[in-house]
Amino acid sequence: MKRFNFHMFMPFAGVAGFIVVWYLAVWAQVVDPVLLPSPGQTFHALWTGMAGGQLGADFLKTVERTILSTLIAAVIAIPLGIFLGASEKLYRSVEFVIDFFRSTPASAVFPLFLVIFGVGEKTKISVAAFGASLVILFNVAYGVMNARKTRLLAAKVMGASRWRVLRDVLLLESLPQTFVGLRNGVSLALVIVVVAEMFIGSADGLGHRVFDAQQLFQMPDMYAAIFAAGALGYALNLIFLLIEKRFVHWAGK
Amino acid sequence: MPVRPPILRSLPGGRMDAGAERETAAHITIRSLCKRFENEAVYDNFDLDIPRGLLVSVFGPNGCGKSTLINMIAGLTPVDAGQILFDGKTIGEIRFGYVFQNYREALFPWLRAFSNIEYPLKLLRLPKAERKERVERLVAHLGVKIDLNRYPYELSGGQQQLVSIMRALIVEPEVLFLDEPFSALDYEMTLFMRDQLQRIFVETRTTTVFVSHDLEEAVYLADRVLLLSRRPAQVADFVTYDAPRPRTAAALSDAEFVGVKGHCLEVFQREVRRG
Ligand SMILES: Nc1ncnc2c1ncn2[C@@H]1O[C@H](COP(=O)(O)OP(=O)(O)OP(=O)(O)O)[C@@H](O)[C@H]1O
Ligand SMILES: [Mg+2]
Repeated sequence: MKRFNFHMFMPFAGVAGFIVVWYLAVWAQVVDPVLLPSPGQTFHALWTGMAGGQLGADFLKTVERTILSTLIAAVIAIPLGIFLGASEKLYRSVEFVIDFFRSTPASAVFPLFLVIFGVGEKTKISVAAFGASLVILFNVAYGVMNARKTRLLAAKVMGASRWRVLRDVLLLESLPQTFVGLRNGVSLALVIVVVAEMFIGSADGLGHRVFDAQQLFQMPDMYAAIFAAGALGYALNLIFLLIEKRFVHWAGK
Repeated sequence: MPVRPPILRSLPGGRMDAGAERETAAHITIRSLCKRFENEAVYDNFDLDIPRGLLVSVFGPNGCGKSTLINMIAGLTPVDAGQILFDGKTIGEIRFGYVFQNYREALFPWLRAFSNIEYPLKLLRLPKAERKERVERLVAHLGVKIDLNRYPYELSGGQQQLVSIMRALIVEPEVLFLDEPFSALDYEMTLFMRDQLQRIFVETRTTTVFVSHDLEEAVYLADRVLLLSRRPAQVADFVTYDAPRPRTAAALSDAEFVGVKGHCLEVFQREVRRG
């Protein structure tokens, strides 16, 4: 007979522990009850908010902005990364610029983008796309540069043209690293979008929801929005991981 | 009626010999080959004729330039000076196959074994039906028993190398190059693969250049053993071993085999000591 499988239940143990500690904190009134609602109140707010409430609409808005900015970043950064990575000399010459802007906190460029695009949708999307594109670019270029030399030689020896080598080998060789870039890129895009929704004149989105609830002292709503944002970040990462497993099943083998 | 190979008309170096056996006619001619790496000459005025339809093993001290030689012949490494011709044609004008030592890095892991094998035919723009038919014909011809619907990482090392040998053979090459193809395999698999290669050779009689770091293997598979000297590499000896094929494990204790191998070892040791 199969033994009871503890491993499957380990993640739930953590969640259960977290909720128990939370209940205890509320029960013992460790924190002012106004600041820390009970898990029950919070999940009620989360449920009603997501099921047809305002929170659901804000959630979708943030999803839309994050996906759109990641998409824009990917469309720009993947071809550019392949182009730069295909010639190591070329990449080395722009490496410092890429690394510099990659290390610059995206929030620091908000004022600049506000001047260019004004207060509105464009600024949020473009700052998030800017941050994500540098992360994706860097990963794609490295994926291409680290392509197995033997594999490139093998294609060449079979008579593949430069274009075929690029399409049939380099592109696929860089795919695992490209997915790493996309996953990091979408995470960063979410962070930037949520911050933008809080502070640069937004009427919707999860960032706006968290900020608004806090201003109005609707604590269950605020916690619910934070959990929704957390769930979104987790789900995006998971979705990209699943796509990755499907498309680069061969990676590292 | 025996067909006289066109090579006899274009043999350089005054080795034209109308009475020559088909098998001793040169297929690949290497003349005045020079190659340096960072001021060290690996080849300096190197000449060699590789006969048609034979399996030539290349053996020599570590780092003497075995890989460099077949890479230059196969056009993977540019030559500094000299000429390499196949029946008077350049490498760009012939069909050839190349098998790398590291099958893991030479196969395309994102393609199933079947698609790996047919890839060179795709480059030749053959239609799908014809590609399929040719792969199936090769599989039947070689009697290979591998599930070609699998990805390379689902196959054993020997099976993967067999797939890359088939990928090299699918274009029906005029010349087949193999650089230490079995050295990443365990001993049992190596023995099996030697016999696979021998079978393939007996079936196709493709001119084959085979680099090996194992003298027993080099002699066992060869019609001719090319022994290279230390850098700059010269032909230390070009030994004939013409035991009938297919050779089996019994051939390894054959007097002729032992004699040829002993001679090769002697030449090799002389070359190593000289350095
Ligand atoms: N790309 C390169 N740049 C510089 N030196 C090289 C290069 N390729 C080979 N060499 C040198 O040329 C010599 C011959 O190398 P090669 O790989 O052909 O030897 P080999 O006989 O195949 O050696 P091994 O027995 O290790 O397979 C070696 O000294 C090697 O260090
Ligand atoms: Mg070598």
